[in-house]
Amino acid sequence: MSYTIIVFVKQVPDTKNVTGEAMKPDGTVNRAALPAIFNPEDLNALELALQLKDRFGAKVIVGTMGPPNASEVLRQSLYRGADETVLLTDRAFAGADTLATSYALSCCAKKIGKFDLILCGRQAIDGDTAQVGPQLAEKLNLPQISYVEEVISLDKNKVRAKRAIEGGFEILESPLPALMTVIDANDPRPPAASRLMRFKKAKTKTELLAQHAGANYTDAEFIEGEMQELKKKSLWINELSATEAGADLERTGLKGSPTKVKQIMSVILKGGTFKKIEPTEEGINSLMHELIEDHTLG
Amino acid sequence: MSNFFTDNKDLQFTLANLDLEEVVALREEKYAESKKYDHAPVDYKDAMDSYRRVLEVIGEITGERIEPRSRQIDEEGPHFENGVVTYHPLTQKNIQDLRNAGVMGVMLPYKYGGLNLPNTVYTMMTEMVSRADASLQNLFGLQDISETIYDFGTEEQKTKYLPQFATGEADGSMDLTEPDSGSDLQSVRLKASFDPKTGQWYLDGMKRFITNGCAKIHLVLARSEEGTSDGRGLSMFICEACPQLVVRRIEHKLGIHGVATCELQYNHVPAQLCGQKRRGLTKYVMSLMNGARVAISGQALGIAEASYREAKKYAAEREQFKSPIDKFPAVYDMLTRMKIKILASRTLLYETTKHVDLRACYVKKFENLPEGQVNEELREKQKYYSKVAAVLTPMSKALCTEVANQVAYDTIQIHGGTGFMHDFNAERYYRDARITNIYEGTTQLQVVAAIGGVIQRTLDPLIKKLSSLPYQGVLERMARELEKMHKKHLEAVKFVAEKKDSKYHDLMARNLVENETYIYVGYLMLRDALKNPAREVLAEKYVLYAVPEFNFRHEVVMSNDFSTIDKHRDIVDY
Repeated sequence: MSYTIIVFVKQVPDTKNVTGEAMKPDGTVNRAALPAIFNPEDLNALELALQLKDRFGAKVIVGTMGPPNASEVLRQSLYRGADETVLLTDRAFAGADTLATSYALSCCAKKIGKFDLILCGRQAIDGDTAQVGPQLAEKLNLPQISYVEEVISLDKNKVRAKRAIEGGFEILESPLPALMTVIDANDPRPPAASRLMRFKKAKTKTELLAQHAGANYTDAEFIEGEMQELKKKSLWINELSATEAGADLERTGLKGSPTKVKQIMSVILKGGTFKKIEPTEEGINSLMHELIEDHTLG
Repeated sequence: MSNFFTDNKDLQFTLANLDLEEVVALREEKYAESKKYDHAPVDYKDAMDSYRRVLEVIGEITGERIEPRSRQIDEEGPHFENGVVTYHPLTQKNIQDLRNAGVMGVMLPYKYGGLNLPNTVYTMMTEMVSRADASLQNLFGLQDISETIYDFGTEEQKTKYLPQFATGEADGSMDLTEPDSGSDLQSVRLKASFDPKTGQWYLDGMKRFITNGCAKIHLVLARSEEGTSDGRGLSMFICEACPQLVVRRIEHKLGIHGVATCELQYNHVPAQLCGQKRRGLTKYVMSLMNGARVAISGQALGIAEASYREAKKYAAEREQFKSPIDKFPAVYDMLTRMKIKILASRTLLYETTKHVDLRACYVKKFENLPEGQVNEELREKQKYYSKVAAVLTPMSKALCTEVANQVAYDTIQIHGGTGFMHDFNAERYYRDARITNIYEGTTQLQVVAAIGGVIQRTLDPLIKKLSSLPYQGVLERMARELEKMHKKHLEAVKFVAEKKDSKYHDLMARNLVENETYIYVGYLMLRDALKNPAREVLAEKYVLYAVPEFNFRHEVVMSNDFSTIDKHRDIVDY
């Protein structure tokens, strides 16, 4: 049998190249100042999905929520072997925290309908919360296995996976459908040249319209024709607005996000003064005292 | 993040400015292929965009994945036990990455699972792979084997083998060298015998120094005509790994440690003839070697690039006498020369691959003409490009591989004592570079291959075209220098040709080929500078370096000095 696997991925600012303008005064990330990349652990999730496709046969659908140009991570997924893609994009999604994000993704999963597995990267390098995957499982009422390193077996009723725990690993089994979050334990495959040459032409509706903007033949019929042509060649990236995804607008974006940023600080790590403590009872007592006072302990 | 394509300004310049329009239109059958294959380009712009994107992917794989693994591979190498070669786990990972990227059969037609890429783009990949790990190139670069099967094999052989090569499922080796037949392949002895009862060929004998001799599919040069002793008794065969084909040992080498170099014993190995009998050496191996020579040029250039970058970095970081050493004239002079040599090698190499591409396209087109149809224009074109490619290929190989050695040598010099130690990469590049001007024909043999074209002035039409470009200012002054050199060079060629003394001709051949290279590459550098003013200084420096080198060689040629010919024994034996 063939499985349907959804992989949710995120386009993130490349935090390896952080500059002074990385954050905006309101405490949100200044995405314009940083190059956008495929979130690293989401590539691990995609790799795991593609390995399952190679081993057991599966249709891999990759979804993301983001601005219109987040379609780039979907093309990147197609280069590596994804079968279908969907982009959730809408101003109503903007400013979402993990609660609003997992809600939007749950709408997307419901819209896709039948699936056996949802895979997410453990966490994104911009927020580092590791909450979206688990929250999504809760919203869809799915069993979840987090911190997955590899899938041991998959059959039509259950999945058995190895997950990392402190100091070792454990093997868990779950009925399907299930959600798994994946850690940096595999080697994501590079884009395949022939797929790159083909899927570089994959487009969303927004991109199709932008391509023909200003031309005098942008009537609905022409665009419809182009769209059908792209669909026929599997070069179509589905685009869903909040309403098309069936989302309740009260629960999306900034509106649906209870997280409030209280304060942001620019923390500069540097060596400061040091204090020498003698290895005596007295010295240790004074150290403990200081740590408790400092709220480092207790 | 390092990307060996996007961090290389010169390579990107080359791709953007090398006009491949004719090549691509021919290869893509005027873009009709795009109607049959989803990934085929619809026009030139689309093709160039795809090439650039694919090169970026290879740039990332080589920079991010392959290079960091190269040191350990060099130290540990492949493993050989009980006749079985096992590649280093990291080498296997490298191959897996390249396979996943789908670039193990890039020049093959779409029909067989390939990407139909021009040799030019493939050579750019070669360069990047070699910059990351020179030994890996000896596995990646075996694509010439599938090209040979494509060019000369039967349809059945193509359908059977090519898709395996394209996916990377099968690897290959070309089994030419024998213990007593290295440069002189005409004397190959491995015996091919035909059994009329089974209708099957069998191979018996030995091969030595076979790169990746543990491969699944072998192209073998063997003597099919009993009683013959020259090249016309040799044919090309395809055989597969089997118990009768024994790997006896793998070599312990100075460099390119990552790849296994095998000694093979053939104990009645079943084989198929590839192409026609008796044309094994004269046609097929020559074609195979020409492809491999371009690949080795790319390998050498990749090593030179890697080596140069280490030298540059070290010279900027190393402080002596309270100053980074790259502030000292003796050091920055070395760096400048190294860089100019690399740029010169690159412009010649890709001018070569472009002509190799044109030759391949026109030869194919000419051969595919319906029987009885004559097309004089096509005949002329394929003849012309074959002639030019036959000069440029050995010229490129000689230049790139000698430059790689010089650059790797100077990189150690810049590192000083540190460079002599294993802790830095400098010594690895030095070891890896050393084979490039030996295998697939030594530099001395490249000179033999190129000198005919130099005497016949094959490149003069190209030189003429380049010399008439609208140079101004410093470029015009440099063009005049090249013009002077060209005039003197013609005299020297005439001088040697009219002497009709084969020993003097052979002795002076290298000087003549090198002087031809100085002139031709000089013009290429000027042409490139026309496209980008920042390159004017590069062209100027190239010509200024070339003038005294040229004059020195010119003087030697014109000296009429026979003392080496007459008295070398007295000196050698003293």
